[in-house]
Amino acid sequence: QVVTVEVLDHLEQLALVDFRDAEGVERLKKAIQFADQLHEVNTEGVEPMDSVLEDRCLYLREDDVTEGNCTSELLKNAREKVEEYFVAPPGNIPLPKLEERETFLKGS
Amino acid sequence: PLKRGFCRFQVSAALKEGHVTATELCQRCLALIKSTKFLNAYITVAEETALKQAEESEKRYKRGKPLGVLDGIPIAVKDNFNTAGIETTCASNMLKGYISPYNATVVQKLLDQGAVLLGKTNLDEFAMGSGSTDGVFGPVRNPWSYSRQYKEKCDPKSHSEDEDSNWVITGGSSGGSAAAVSSYTCFAALGSDTGGSTRNPAAHCGVVGLKPSYGLISRHGLIPLVNSMDVPGILTRCVDDAAAVLGSLAGHDPKDSTTIQDSFKPFELPDLPDVSKLLIGIPKEYHAPGLSSEILALWSKAADLFKNAGAKVIEVSLPHTCYSIVCYHVLCTAEVASNMARFDGLEYGHRSDLKKSTESMYAATRREGFNDVVRGRILSGNYFLLKQNYEKYFIKAQKVRRLIANDFLKVFGSGVDVLLTPTTLSDALPYKEFIKEDNRTRSAQDDILTQAANMAGLPAVNVPAALSERGLPVGLQFIGRSFQEKQLLTVAKWFEKQVKFPMIQLEEVNRNNHDVFQHQKSASFS
Repeated sequence: QVVTVEVLDHLEQLALVDFRDAEGVERLKKAIQFADQLHEVNTEGVEPMDSVLEDRCLYLREDDVTEGNCTSELLKNAREKVEEYFVAPPGNIPLPKLEERETFLKGS
Repeated sequence: PLKRGFCRFQVSAALKEGHVTATELCQRCLALIKSTKFLNAYITVAEETALKQAEESEKRYKRGKPLGVLDGIPIAVKDNFNTAGIETTCASNMLKGYISPYNATVVQKLLDQGAVLLGKTNLDEFAMGSGSTDGVFGPVRNPWSYSRQYKEKCDPKSHSEDEDSNWVITGGSSGGSAAAVSSYTCFAALGSDTGGSTRNPAAHCGVVGLKPSYGLISRHGLIPLVNSMDVPGILTRCVDDAAAVLGSLAGHDPKDSTTIQDSFKPFELPDLPDVSKLLIGIPKEYHAPGLSSEILALWSKAADLFKNAGAKVIEVSLPHTCYSIVCYHVLCTAEVASNMARFDGLEYGHRSDLKKSTESMYAATRREGFNDVVRGRILSGNYFLLKQNYEKYFIKAQKVRRLIANDFLKVFGSGVDVLLTPTTLSDALPYKEFIKEDNRTRSAQDDILTQAANMAGLPAVNVPAALSERGLPVGLQFIGRSFQEKQLLTVAKWFEKQVKFPMIQLEEVNRNNHDVFQHQKSASFS
């Protein structure tokens, strides 16, 4: 049983997305099963490929300021703001532990 | 005659000669969008700004100074491209109400050429899906569902049911764009292609769907799914149009450092393409399980067409094809897990009312904003990226990716110019059938013939080939060498001329708009 409640809990905290219900957990199990087919392939001596353009250099532009001064534009789409700041709720408060969270996993 | 089958070149000529004005063209398209609303192809119609753009274009034509072939041409853009001042939703609650502060580079380029932006088209939520059925604005309907060709072939028994329930899907995830082009509401549309999302709906909707080489067209402003595979896609009614749009979009963008720095020269395709000196490869692994016998026959017929024209046609092998879907599954979910992390409600998009802590606000926002498919991929992706799984899944998939890319290198290295394959396993499924299986299953099935080209970053194009027994479009795919779009499209154009794919015969469904339709049909420009 590779997908333990601990792993599921850990994923919910990392992803900040919840499994919602048994179907969500089932979905993950099926996804893992599906991915396991990869192990049929012999990749001995094969280097991982990050990008098809690996033989080229990425373009780096000059470190000059060419645009900006669009504070009001950018703030337009934020729901909570004060002057030129985005407003966030208090930080450094960890997500409640499994037992205290509103999560389907509690039942497991 | 501006017969609706005509390509944009003819319309450009018509605009230049004053047979039609940009404003008239825009108005007609807007009217058609209204009368085909039931297709649900558009999420946002930017009527006011489109008419303004058309007005400006008209002024330029009057002065004899159009900006180019695209000036005054109505286009549509998939709703995962940022468009300044216009809502960009990705068909998700997460971005409902989000007004882009900037234009994606490809959008800016089109506007700089004078194109008229009619609106944003519908898609699967965040481009995840192969049906254009999983967005918050509902599914897109394939215009061919309402064609005489399809209705004639429908089982007479089913007429007793609500005729409306037999409609077929567009495919996805760029279904709205494909439907918009297919139903003549615009002359070209932008889609995106990560696993086949431009070519798949192009095949089902009977339009040309071009996936350019990775690195050719800027992704700046395209809300990303898989950074190492995403490309903007081009949907048009003919290959020449795709080449023209490509010409205005391709080239290095300093804002997207993954675009190659080689200079790009826009090209026109020869009037009479010659395929006699080509070596066409037929990858045997693309005879995938589930491939309909109809499409198999069509594929074979196409190979014969090339042979008879003097081309050399040989069977080739891409042995790792069967692993591309599994490989994609891991790489895609991993990149998605990372790309979707930006949606936290703080700077844009949906924000939950929860105020207890930043983390709980983020969690609630994402809980409320994303649908099951998106959440599922984020969770899977995070699983594959866990320390204990990273090597086993993510790195492993990256190795398999290299094997898939190498398969193509080997084949092209042996002298093959272009590969010829089917695009989809079958014609479009009725919506009722399609939703019987879940999104991941469908995507895995439907992407099988298109995904590998994204793995390898190669250019590929769907060309409509024929109508199926059910009266629905079926397309074939050409895959070319990296950055050899000119050769790829030349072959595609030759094939297009051979098959003479029929025009869609759309029945007017709204008697109130009968006049609009009639006007369209009778407008003539030679």
